[in-house]
Amino acid sequence: MIQFVYLVPLFPLLGFLINGFGWRTIPKSLGGIIGSASVLASFVVSLLIFFEVKNGANATVTLFDFIQTGKLSIPLAFRVDSLSSVFLLIITGIGFLIHVYSTSYMHEDEGMVKYFAYLNLFVFSMLLLVLGANYLVMYMGWEGVGLCSYLLIGFWYKNNDFASAGRKAFVMNRIGDLGFLVGMLLILFNFGTLTYTDFFGQLNNGLEPVRNSVYNWIAICLFIGAVGKSAQIPLFTWLPDAMAGPTPVSALIHAATMVTAGVYMIARSSLLYNLAPDALQIVGWIGAATAFMAATIAIKQYDIKKVLAYSTVSQLGFMFMALGMGAYTTAVFHVMTHAFFKALLFLGSGSVIHAMSGEQDIRKMGGLGKHMRTTQITFLIGCLAIAGIPFFSGFFSKDEILASTFAQNKMIYAIGIISAMMTAFYMFRLYTLTFTGKFRGTHEQEHHLHESPAAITIPLVLLAVLSIIGGYIGLPAVITEHHTLAHFLSSSVTNGLTAHLSHQTEWMLIGISSFIAIAFSIYGYMANRQPNFVPNSGLAKVLENKWYVDELYDALVVRPINELSALLDRFVERMGIDGFVNGVGKSVRWGSDRMRLLQTGQVGFYIFILVLGMTVLFALGFFWIG
Amino acid sequence: MDLFEILFWILTIGAISSALGVILSRNPINSVICLIATFFAISGHYVLLNAQFLAVVNIIVYAGAIMVLFLFVIMLMNLNADVEPQKSRLVQFAGIISGGILFLVILAALRDSKINGVLEKSSNSVGLIENLGKTLFQNYVLPFEISSVLFLSAMIGAMVIGKKEPSNDLPERSPNQN
Amino acid sequence: MPIQYYLFLSFALFCIGIMGALMRRNAIIIFMCIELMLNAVNLLLVAFSKMYNDASSQIFVFFIMVVAAAEVAVGLAVIVMMYRRVHSVDINILNRLKH
Repeated sequence: MIQFVYLVPLFPLLGFLINGFGWRTIPKSLGGIIGSASVLASFVVSLLIFFEVKNGANATVTLFDFIQTGKLSIPLAFRVDSLSSVFLLIITGIGFLIHVYSTSYMHEDEGMVKYFAYLNLFVFSMLLLVLGANYLVMYMGWEGVGLCSYLLIGFWYKNNDFASAGRKAFVMNRIGDLGFLVGMLLILFNFGTLTYTDFFGQLNNGLEPVRNSVYNWIAICLFIGAVGKSAQIPLFTWLPDAMAGPTPVSALIHAATMVTAGVYMIARSSLLYNLAPDALQIVGWIGAATAFMAATIAIKQYDIKKVLAYSTVSQLGFMFMALGMGAYTTAVFHVMTHAFFKALLFLGSGSVIHAMSGEQDIRKMGGLGKHMRTTQITFLIGCLAIAGIPFFSGFFSKDEILASTFAQNKMIYAIGIISAMMTAFYMFRLYTLTFTGKFRGTHEQEHHLHESPAAITIPLVLLAVLSIIGGYIGLPAVITEHHTLAHFLSSSVTNGLTAHLSHQTEWMLIGISSFIAIAFSIYGYMANRQPNFVPNSGLAKVLENKWYVDELYDALVVRPINELSALLDRFVERMGIDGFVNGVGKSVRWGSDRMRLLQTGQVGFYIFILVLGMTVLFALGFFWIG
Repeated sequence: MDLFEILFWILTIGAISSALGVILSRNPINSVICLIATFFAISGHYVLLNAQFLAVVNIIVYAGAIMVLFLFVIMLMNLNADVEPQKSRLVQFAGIISGGILFLVILAALRDSKINGVLEKSSNSVGLIENLGKTLFQNYVLPFEISSVLFLSAMIGAMVIGKKEPSNDLPERSPNQN
Repeated sequence: MPIQYYLFLSFALFCIGIMGALMRRNAIIIFMCIELMLNAVNLLLVAFSKMYNDASSQIFVFFIMVVAAAEVAVGLAVIVMMYRRVHSVDINILNRLKH
C-alpha cells in the first residue's frame, strides 16, 4: 500500500478538478458528496499506510523527475515515514470530518461547490506539503495552502473587509515564504540537494565542510517561513483577521492543519536544528512570547472566533516553545491534540454562530446550553482539553511541553505556566459567556435558537471523543514505560532534548500544571457568571485592542511605505518617467509640426527633392564607398 | 573613323539635341515632335547595336502609338505656347543646375567603376526575332503572361478614370416608374 | 568602340529628362520627360546586350516598353481627368497632397 501513496493527494486533486470545473453546474449536494468522498478515500489510504509504517516500513516514492539540470536533480517524490503518516492522518481525518460538517454549514451558500473545490485543493496542497520528499515539493504545498487560505478567507469576497483580510493573510505569508525560499536556496547552495534523505545524510556524516553559522542561517530562514505560516510574532496578526472566512475553514486551515505546517517543517528538519542551537533559542523565545501575548489578547476579546483565533496563536506558541527546546516529538504531539480540540472548538463555535444566524459577539449570547445541548457538551470537552484539565488530551501534551521547558529554560517555563493559566481562564470565560447564564440577544434571535443538524453534531461528537482519548498515545514517562508517539516518531525525528527529569520533578510539574489549570478554569467560570460589560480602560483596553500591534505595524510599515510610494509617485513617476515619456511624444509632435511645412503639396518640389536625394546618394557612394 | 563611329556621332548629336528640344520648346506640339525625333535617333542606335527588332518596335510602339496618344491629348486640350505654364527663371535655373550636378556625379561615379567592355562591330544574331522569340518564350513566359494581365488592368483603369462622371442634373430613374 | 560612349549618351539623355521634369510645369511635358528617361535606360540595356551577346536584356527592354505603354494609357487618362476638372495641366495647381 505504501507504494500507492500518491493516491492520497490524488483523490482531493480529482475532487478539486471535478468541483472546480463544474461548480456552476454541479448541484450543491453532489458537490458536497464529491468533496467529502475524495477526502474519505484519502483517509482510508492514509490509514492503511499508517499501519504499514507502524510495522516499520518507510519509503520514498518517486513519481518523476521534476527538475533535472547538471548535478541538480529534484524529483517529485513522496516521503512516507512515521512523521508524515501522522500528519496524513490528522489532515485527512479531521479534514473529512470538517468536510462533512461543511455540507450542512455551507448549504445555504450559493458558492458551496466552489467552496468544496477550494477545500479539496487545500487538502491536496497540505498533503503535498507533508508528503514531499524534498523541500521543493514541500514549498509547492506550502504556497498551495497559502493560496487556498487566501481564497477561503476571502470566500465571501463581496464583503470588503473579508477580502482585505484575505489579502493581509496572503501578504504576511509571502513575507514568511520569502524566508523559506531563501533558506531553501541556502541549502541548495551549500549542500547541492533539497532531498531530505541526502541532506540529512550529509548533516549526519559531517562530510560537507560547512561553517557552523551556515546551519544557523538556514535554520533561521526556514523558521521565518514557519513564523509567517504559523502566525508567530511578529507575523501573527493575519490569523485573527483570517476568521473572516467560513468557520469550517477556520477549523481546518487556521487551527488544525495549515498553521501547523511550520511545526511540521521544523520537526522535519530536526537534524538541522540540532546543529543550530542559536536558531533554536530564537524559536523558543519567539514561541514563548507569542504564547504569552496571544493569551493576554484572548482574555479581552468579545468575538467568539477571535478568542479562538488568539488561543490558536497562543497554542502555536506553545508548540514552538517545545520545538525551541528540541522536543520536536512533543510539538508534534501537541499539534495532534490541538488539531482535535481546536477543530472541535471552532466547529462548536460554528454551530453556535449558525444558531445565532451569524452573530459572533459573545456579549449578545449566553444561556445557549439550554437550546443546543450537544454543542454545549462537546464545546465544554474542548475547553477542558485546551485548558489542560487532567485526563483530557491537551493536558498530556501541554504538560510535556512545560516539562521540556522546565528542563531547558526556567524563564520560558515561567512564561509557559502563566500562558497556560490565561488559557484556562479565557476558555472558561468564553464557555461561560456563551452557554450559561441568561440569553442577552434580541428576542427574535432567541426564538430562532436550535440545535444544529446531524451533519454538524456528529463531527462534533467524534472530535470530542478524540479530544478526550487523543492524549493517551503520549502518556508521560512517569506513567508508562515509553512514550508511544515519541517512540513511533523516533524513526524520522531526532529529538535534541537531552536533559532528563527525575520522576519526582515530573510528578511535581504535573501537579503544578493540573492545579493551575483547574484553579483558573474555575476562576474563569466564576468570574464571568454575572457578566457586566463596562468599557475597558487601562491595560484591559490595550489588550482589547490587541496591544495595538496592527496600529503599530500600520505606523511603522504601512504608512511609511504609503508615503514613500506617494513620494515616488509624485517625483519619480509623474515628473521623471511621465515627463520623459510625454517629453518624447511632445518633441516628436513639435518636430513633425515643423517638418510638415516641408510638405508643400507641389509635385515639382517633390521631384526636386527626389533628384536631390538621388544626387546625394550617388555622391556618397562615390566619395565614401568608392 | 569608320562608318560605325560616324553614324554613332550623328545619331548621338541628333538624340541629345532633340531631347533638349523636348524640354526647351515652349509649344507642347514642338516638344512632341522633338521627342519623336529622339526616339528615331535612339532606334538608329538600336540598329547600330544589332537590335533590329527592338528598333522597329521602338518606332511602332513609341514613336507611332504612344506619341500619337500624346498628340491627341494635346490637341484635345488645345494646348499651345500661349497657355503654357512657365516656371520662374530661378526655378528653371535650379532645375538645370541640379540635373547637371546629377550628371556630373554619375559620371564621376562611373569613372571609378570597372566597366570597360568593347562593343564588337561584327554583326550577330542576338537581336533577331527568332532569337528573341526563343528567349522570350523559353525563359520569360510567365512575365510575358503577367504583362498581359497588366495591360488588361491598365486598359480597364484608363477607361474607369477617363469615364465621364454621371452628371447630377439627369433625373434618377425611380423603381416604381417601370 | 568602348561601352563608355553609350553610358555617357544614356546618362546625358536621362539627365536631360530629369532637368525637363524639374523645369516644366506642364504635366504632359513632365510625362514625356519620364518617357525620355525610360528610353535612356532602354538604350543602356541594349548596349549591354550587345556587349555580352545576351538577348535577355533586350527582353527587359521589351517589358519596359510594355509597362511604359500601360503607364501612358493610365497616366494620360489621369491628365485628361485633371484637365476636365481644373481646365489646366499645371502641376502647381495640384497641391492638395499638402492636406
